[in-house]
Amino acid sequence: MIGQSLHDLWFGFGVAFQGSNLLWSFFGVLVGNLIGVLPGMGALQAISILLPLTYAMHPVPAILMLAGIFYGSQYGGAIGAILMNMPSHPPHAVTCLDGYPMTKQGKGGVALGVTMIASFFAASVGIIVMIFASPLLVQIAFKFGPTEIFSIMLLGLLAGSTMSRGSPLKGVAMTIFGLLCGVVGTDVNSGSFRFAFGLPELSDGLELVAISMGLFGVADFLLNVNRMKAIGDTGTLKLSDMRPSKEELKRAFPAMIRGTIVGTVFGAMPGTGPTITTFIAYALERKVSKTPDKFGTGMIEGVAGPEASAHSKTQVDFIPTMSLGIPGDAVMALILGALLIQGIQPGPQLITEHPDIFWGLIASFWIGNVILVILNVPMIGVWVKLLKVPYKYLFPAAMFFIATGVYSTQNSLFQIWEVLVFGIVGAVLMTLEFSVAPILLGFVLGPMVEENFRRALLLSRGDMSVFVTRPISGTFIGLCALLLAGVGYSAWRGRAGRKAMIELPKAPDGAPPAEAISLGGK
Amino acid sequence: MQQPLASRFKKDYYGGALLVVIGLAAVYAGVGYRVGELAHMGPGFFPVALGGLLALTGLLIAISARGDKPSSGEEAASHGHPGGMPDLRGGICIILGILAFLLFGEYGGLLPATFAIVFISALGDRDNTLTEAVLLSLAMSFIAVVVFWWALKLQLPLFQWGG
Repeated sequence: MIGQSLHDLWFGFGVAFQGSNLLWSFFGVLVGNLIGVLPGMGALQAISILLPLTYAMHPVPAILMLAGIFYGSQYGGAIGAILMNMPSHPPHAVTCLDGYPMTKQGKGGVALGVTMIASFFAASVGIIVMIFASPLLVQIAFKFGPTEIFSIMLLGLLAGSTMSRGSPLKGVAMTIFGLLCGVVGTDVNSGSFRFAFGLPELSDGLELVAISMGLFGVADFLLNVNRMKAIGDTGTLKLSDMRPSKEELKRAFPAMIRGTIVGTVFGAMPGTGPTITTFIAYALERKVSKTPDKFGTGMIEGVAGPEASAHSKTQVDFIPTMSLGIPGDAVMALILGALLIQGIQPGPQLITEHPDIFWGLIASFWIGNVILVILNVPMIGVWVKLLKVPYKYLFPAAMFFIATGVYSTQNSLFQIWEVLVFGIVGAVLMTLEFSVAPILLGFVLGPMVEENFRRALLLSRGDMSVFVTRPISGTFIGLCALLLAGVGYSAWRGRAGRKAMIELPKAPDGAPPAEAISLGGK
Repeated sequence: MQQPLASRFKKDYYGGALLVVIGLAAVYAGVGYRVGELAHMGPGFFPVALGGLLALTGLLIAISARGDKPSSGEEAASHGHPGGMPDLRGGICIILGILAFLLFGEYGGLLPATFAIVFISALGDRDNTLTEAVLLSLAMSFIAVVVFWWALKLQLPLFQWGG
C-alpha cells in the first residue's frame, strides 16, 4: 500500500508541476503571504477575498491556489506577530510572547529565520504523515454510514466550538447559530423554503463568501475603525540578519521537533483548532526548558515550538477535511466550501474519484512550502515596508475588494446585503464577547449534519438508539460525552482551573487588537 | 482594556437573551414548516431542534453570567478586544459605504459604486483628509477598471443609467 501511495504521489507531483497549476500555486502563496502580513487579515480573510476568483477556474488549480493562500497567509501572520507584536491570526498570539521581545533585542530577523525553518520542517513532516495516513483513514471511512457521519460531525462541531478561545458555552451557541444559518434556503427533502423571509434570492441558501466577509471583514472593520492607527516602525531588515547562529539553531531544533509532534497529534483530531495547538506547544516548551522563567523575554524555543506545531497541524488538518469531509476549523470549512462549489464532494471517494486533486494537493503543499521559503528570503524587506501602510488606507480599499468580490460570486448585488447584515451581526456578537468563527463551521456543516441525521433516523425508523448501539458511532458519541463532561467539569471547578489556563494566553503588553477578529480557536 | 465587572455581566445577559430570542423565533418558524416525527422528519424538524438548543444555551449563558463572578474579569482581558462601543462615525460610514455601493451598483455602474464605497468608508477614519479620501478612491477606481472590469471581466458594467 505504501508503494501505491508513493506511486500516486509521483503522479501528484506531475499534476502540481504542470505550468498553470504551478503558477496558481505560486500566485496563491504570494497573495496569501501579502494579505497575511497585514494586521487584522488572516487566512480566513485572504481565502474569502480570493474565493470568487476560483469559480471560473478548473478545480485543480483552484484548490492548489487556495491551499497556497492558506499557508502563505499563515507564514505572513508570523511576520506581523514577530515584528509588530500583532497576531493577525490567533495561533500567532503565542509567537508574539517571545518573538516580539526578540525583535526588541534586535533579533527579529533571527526569529523570522527560525520560524521559516521550523515551518518548513514541520510542514514536510505533516505532509509525510498525510501521505501515509490518508489512505488508511479512507479504508475506515468506507465503513461509515449516515449514522457514523452524523456522530463524527457532532464530535467535530463540539470540539471546534468548546476548544476555541473564550467560553465553551458561547462557542457551542455560535455553532448552533451557524447550523441555523445553514438551514436557510430550500429543504432538499421536501423542496419547501425555510427562513427565506419571502426573498426568492434566499432559496439557494446564504452565500458562504458573503457570510465570511461579513463576519471577518466588515465586522472587524466596524470594531477597529479609528482604533488602529499607524502600525509602527521596525526599521529595516536585511537578509543576513535572518541567519540564526549555530548555538541558536541548537536550541531551536529540539523545540521544532517537539512542536511538530504536538501539531501532528492534534491535527488528527477533528475540531481542535491551531490556536490550542500552539498554546500547548508553548506550554510544553516551558515545561521541558531548564529556564522556564525566562520565557516571554525572547526565548528562541518559544518561537520555534509553537510555529512548528501550527504548521504541522495545518498539514495534518487536511486529512479529515479531504478524506472524511469534516473540516477541523473555519479555514478548512472554507476550503471544503470551495470544493463543494466546484461540485466535488470531499469524502472517502475523493481519493479514488479525483486523484488529481488529492495527490496534486499533497505535492503542491510541498512545492508551495518551497516557494514560500524562496519567496520570503528576498521579500522580507518588502513585508516590513508593507506593515507601515496605515490602517486608514487599508480598510477602505478592503471594503471595495469585499464588495466586488462578493458581487462576483453570483453576479448579483443581493449577496452584498448579506455581507452588510452579517457584518453588523458579527460586530454585535463580538461586542458581546462571542467568537464568530464557529458560525462558519456550523454553516458549512449544517446541511450535511441535517441530511445525515434525517437519513440515519429514516433508516432506523426513528430509533434514536442507533447512534449509540453502532460501534463506530457509539465511540464518537462517547467521546462527545467525555468532551462535554470535561468542559463542564473544568467550568465547574471554576476559578482555580481557569486561572491556570489564562496565565498563558494573556496577551503581551498592548493587547493586540487584531485578535478581535476572534477566529476562536481557529 | 479591563472592563468593569458589572458591564460584563450585562453583556452576558444581553447575549443570552439575544440567543433565546433567536432560538424561539426559529422554533416558531420551524413549527410552521411541518415538524413530522423522528422516522419521517418534516422540513421543520431540524430548525425546531436547533432553535430549542440555541434558546437553551442562551439561557445557560445568562445563568452562568451570574454564576462565576470572580473569573469573568480575566476572561474579558484575554479577549484582546478594545472595550466599549465601537466608533460611531467610522461604523456609520462603513455601513453607508456598503449601502452606497448597493445603490450605485444598481443605478450607476461599477465605477461610481467603487468610488462611493471607498470614499465614504475612508471618510469614516478621523485621520483621513478629504484629499486623501479622493485620491484613495481614485486609485481604487483605477484598480476596479483594470483588474475587475478589464482583466476579470466582472459582469457589472462600468456605467449604467437607471438600472
